[in-house]
Order: sequence, then C-alpha cells, then structure tokens
Amino acid sequence: MNIWIAIGVTAVGCYAVKLIGLLIPAGALERPLVQRLAALLPVALLAALTAQQTFADGRLLVLDARAAGLAAAAVALLLRAPFLLVVAAAVLVTAGVRAMTGG
Amino acid sequence: MRADAYGDDGGKSDAAVVRDALGVGVAVGLSGFAFGVTSAGSGLTVLQTCALSLLVFTGASQFALVGALAGGGNPFTAAAGAFFLGVRNAFYGLRLSQLLALPRAVRPFAAQWVIDETTAVALAQPTRRSVRIGFTVTGLSLYVLWNLTTLLGALGAEAIGDTDAWGLDAAGPAVFLALLAPMVRTALERVVAALAVVLGLGLLPVLPGGVPVLVAALAAPVALWADGRRRARTKTVGGRDAAEGKR
Repeated sequence: MNIWIAIGVTAVGCYAVKLIGLLIPAGALERPLVQRLAALLPVALLAALTAQQTFADGRLLVLDARAAGLAAAAVALLLRAPFLLVVAAAVLVTAGVRAMTGG
Repeated sequence: MRADAYGDDGGKSDAAVVRDALGVGVAVGLSGFAFGVTSAGSGLTVLQTCALSLLVFTGASQFALVGALAGGGNPFTAAAGAFFLGVRNAFYGLRLSQLLALPRAVRPFAAQWVIDETTAVALAQPTRRSVRIGFTVTGLSLYVLWNLTTLLGALGAEAIGDTDAWGLDAAGPAVFLALLAPMVRTALERVVAALAVVLGLGLLPVLPGGVPVLVAALAAPVALWADGRRRARTKTVGGRDAAEGKR
C-alpha cells in the first residue's frame, strides 16, 4: 500500500510541475536566482543519488562490485558513448566483478 | 542537425525534424528497459512499475523513487525526492510554452511530455512548425517505447529472478551519472555535486531512509548563497571583471 501511495503522490506532483510550466505566464520564473537554483537542484540530487545507489546497502556504506560498474560507466561517458552503452557497461562490469569475487 | 536538411525558406524539412526526433525518442525510449528491470528488481510489482512509467513519465524521478523505496524510505520522503527532481520540468514547460504556443485546452495533454528529451529536441528547431513536430514526435515515440520497454524489463526481471547477480542494480546509478555528467561544467556545479555526495553518503547512516537525499539537495542553495557572497566581496575590492570572466 505504501508503494501505491508513493506512486500516487509522485505522479500527481510530477504532472503538476509539468503543467505549471506550460500554464503560468512567461516571466514569472525568469528571475536569475530562481533559474540558477532550478539548474543546480538536479545536480545536487543526481550526485547524491548516484553516490547512494553505488555505495549504500540499506543504511550501511559499502564498497562492492557496483563501484567498479560505476567506474566503467564513467569511462564510457568520458569516451562519449551513447546512453544505453553507458548503462550496459556498468551492468556488465558489475556482473563480471561479482561473478569473479563471489560478492 | 544536418546542413542539407534545411529547405528554401530557411526552415527545416518536416522529414528531417521527424528523423531527429525519432533518433532521440527511440534511443532514450529503449532505456525504459533499464527502468523496468531496476524497478522490478527493487521489489515493485509489474503493475506498479508500469504505473510509474505511464503516470510519472520522467526518468530520473522514477529511478529515484524506486531506489528510495528499495532503501526502506517512507512513501512521502521517497516521493519528495522524486518530486524535487521533477521540478526542472516546470522550467522546461516555461520555455516550451512560448515556442509551442499551444491553445489552453491542449496544454493539459501536452504537459505529460514536457521532459528533458522533448525540450532538447524542440529547442533545437528553427521554426514554430518544426518545434511542434519535434515535440510531438519525440514525445509520442518516447512515451510509447518507454512504456513498452518498461513492461518488458519488469517481466524480464521477474523471469530471471535475482537481478543483482546480473549486475542490474548498477543500472540505476549509471543512469543518474549519465544524466548528471552534462550538467556539471562550471566550478560551482562541481562544488554542488561534491557537497551533495558528501551529505548524501555522510548522513545515510544517521537519518531515516530518503531524508539524506533531501538534505543533500540543500547543497544547491547553500553553494549559490556562498557564491553570491564571494562575488559580492570581490566586487567591493574592484575585482569584478576578473570574477565575471571566470564564469
């Protein structure tokens, strides 16, 4: 049930912000500070999420095969690989390291 | 964009716009597979996974939500993290609304497609006609494929059972990293990312699930405030040009 609540709240919230952008008059969010904050907010969230989903096991910090997978994704990004290839590199390297180490 | 794709009137041929839009729609639409697998691997049912792609339809928020739920976060903190990631779409909508000039009655239907990819394609178009075609074709192809591949991914994850053994738990963070990479260019953006990583990891053991990400989001206003103070200071000692030049 909790999961359905989370889905419902997220769906309503995310749709509302999309619609607000289309409905409010131009200029209302054009203040430079608001614009810069809006650009920086995803940077903070994505960085924190990347780190957590790589190094967290529940509420513990761990270093496991996912770190190797993320490193592979980073290399793929530096080589300007397409999106799907970046994800595939992370998945394959994680699976490979896990198969070798049993971890 | 190809140079030969522009017509005599300086606009761009409809076929060229459709081709560009489909390129983005298909490539990104296929990554719904990664979401389906990640979501089902995180313990959501196939129905819940598909509901997310149909109703939320903004990738980063979807990944964030299933990640937070898998980490044991309560539904509201999990939804809050996903919501804050979706806030950027409001700013896309603001830009798109001027370019698309849609009738008010159509806007509630177009809203669901206001995301990173449709905005990127639409903003790259030279005329209103091509903006509308680009937005519609990208939105439609991406929506259909994203939902189809979400379903396939979720079914596939259920079929193979232990998704972690296949390294599929690394798909989520890799998606986040791929979304993050092009956003981190200036020194300020690097500071925000680093601060958010430290907060997100450092607070993980001490705060309830889902909350550390929300606290990490504060890295954005804090860094912006610190940057504003630093600039104000350089300005008073007459180093304004040097400070502006660095941006």
